[in-house]
Amino acid sequence: MYARMTRGYRIFTIFNYILLSIITLTMFLPLLNVFAQTFSSPFAIDRGAVMFWPVEFTTIYYQYVFQDASIWRAFGISVYITILGTFINIAATASLAYPLSREEYVGRKYVLLMVIFTMIFTAPLIPEFILMREIGLANTLWVLMIPSAISAFNLIVMRSFFAQLPKELIDSGRIDGAGELRMIWSIVLPLSKPVMATVGIFYSVSNWNTYKNALYYINNRALYPLQIKLREMLVTDDLIDTGNDLFSSLATASPQGVQMTVIVVATLPIVAIYPFLQRYFVKGMLIGSVKS
Amino acid sequence: MKAKLGYMLKFRTLYLLSIPGILYFLIFKYVPLLGSVIAFQNYNLFAGFTGSPWVGLRHFEKMFAHYDFIRILNNTIILGLMDMIIAFPAPIILALLLNEVRRTYFKRTVQTIIYAPHFLSWVIISGIFIGILSPSSGFVNQMLGWFGIEPIYFLVENAWIRPVLVGSGIWRDVGYGTIVYLAALTSINPELYEAAEVDGANRWKQTWSITIPAILPVITVLFLLKIGDFLDFGFERVFVFQNSLNLGSSEILDTFIYKAGLQQMQFSYATAMGLFKSIVGLMLLVIANSLSRRATGESLY
Repeated sequence: MYARMTRGYRIFTIFNYILLSIITLTMFLPLLNVFAQTFSSPFAIDRGAVMFWPVEFTTIYYQYVFQDASIWRAFGISVYITILGTFINIAATASLAYPLSREEYVGRKYVLLMVIFTMIFTAPLIPEFILMREIGLANTLWVLMIPSAISAFNLIVMRSFFAQLPKELIDSGRIDGAGELRMIWSIVLPLSKPVMATVGIFYSVSNWNTYKNALYYINNRALYPLQIKLREMLVTDDLIDTGNDLFSSLATASPQGVQMTVIVVATLPIVAIYPFLQRYFVKGMLIGSVKS
Repeated sequence: MKAKLGYMLKFRTLYLLSIPGILYFLIFKYVPLLGSVIAFQNYNLFAGFTGSPWVGLRHFEKMFAHYDFIRILNNTIILGLMDMIIAFPAPIILALLLNEVRRTYFKRTVQTIIYAPHFLSWVIISGIFIGILSPSSGFVNQMLGWFGIEPIYFLVENAWIRPVLVGSGIWRDVGYGTIVYLAALTSINPELYEAAEVDGANRWKQTWSITIPAILPVITVLFLLKIGDFLDFGFERVFVFQNSLNLGSSEILDTFIYKAGLQQMQFSYATAMGLFKSIVGLMLLVIANSLSRRATGESLY
């Protein structure tokens, strides 16, 4: 590539590869360690014998997690708010982003300013909390979907995408006498699959990971999403003794294996979509940052 | 005027479509902003906005007089500074290093792995760190043991909690943060490097006089945004690492607001604190922006 690789640069290159490998391992090894713990016996974990490979292989934590109904319910709630919530996110974001991308929309500048102002000046927590109570969202699953329906960042990403669609397409649709909604349905939406995928993936990750709003606005245990359940398990250290012989020793002996197993279970959906995720988020980040 | 109305009527679908989104911002972002007036009241839930007595700046006075407030503000500022000095440059350096890598498969593998932690929730990240930093069973302390270092109680010692908080943030976001810089780096004209090569400039010199100036505008913009977020270290990422032993160093404005407001029901006091935080953030952004415009010509607006 370079005509003259100086000695100094060659040394730097070797050093660079080593450094980047160490950084990559720093990201990877903690995840591998957690994974190895979930298949290691409580005794191996307690004496610190587990590094990056299971020691004294067991699947007891997975058995415990699978029979715990409260973990399953929390998992189900997270799946529900991720699917329905992301659908709401996309519908709400697109229906505002599209008009704001069109020059025919008089006053779009003011609406955009209104949106951007919320990015730099956030309202305090308490008035928001009072609002959720007053409008009856507190202690319902809606509070995990409606108040976070539109993210200003994703709105701007989508608006930039719509704005760069060729104007001639929309104009030609108009000459054919198609109504505005028809044009959106048959011309704009089919062209917008990439941006829908990008923004949808951003939203679904944040819905899956939602924690703060559940902590603030939900105190009915039956409605806890997985992240709240996991946090609870991380801080209490006491597992419920199910009376089952297989687990009673586990409940008193070592909660850590179970904690790490719930971490793995909560991470699996993210890992499963990561290949798709990776294809889209770089693009999304870039559209967004151009506009910021 | 009439023509304008006719025009708007012609595109009424666009306006109708935008109404739910506009209502969303008004209700969920601007109503709470107006609701901040309770910072100047003794708000209670039953009397409401209209029935609660006005007390002027009393909650702000109480806040500044409170011994704890100074400590909490101090914690928030220290974490903000550490984040700015250590976490902000980290992705820039990492992007520069990645940019020197010529082997595509190596680069792609590194990128795939270092982007990933960004998508994990803070609860999961705290769980991972609790696991690997445990003094008895965590592998970090096991490794330190090989060098004869006694186990460190990372999560309960006041001296260690801040490095853990900033470090876990770097672990999560350093890779993801490189995306913007890498994009800026690929847009540099390669002829610039060839010309520098002919002039006998080595790689180090080229980095200083071509690469860094080329990505400086991106750095400036992100730095300005970072200054605006100076007091916003983040509620979740701190809350999930807190325990009664590390609170002395880990309590920040956001976590205190949650506890004072939602757990102890001091609604007005917590709102005053939140308002203080938002106003300082806005002021910092405006000041930094005008300084930057004067010094470098770069600004956000």
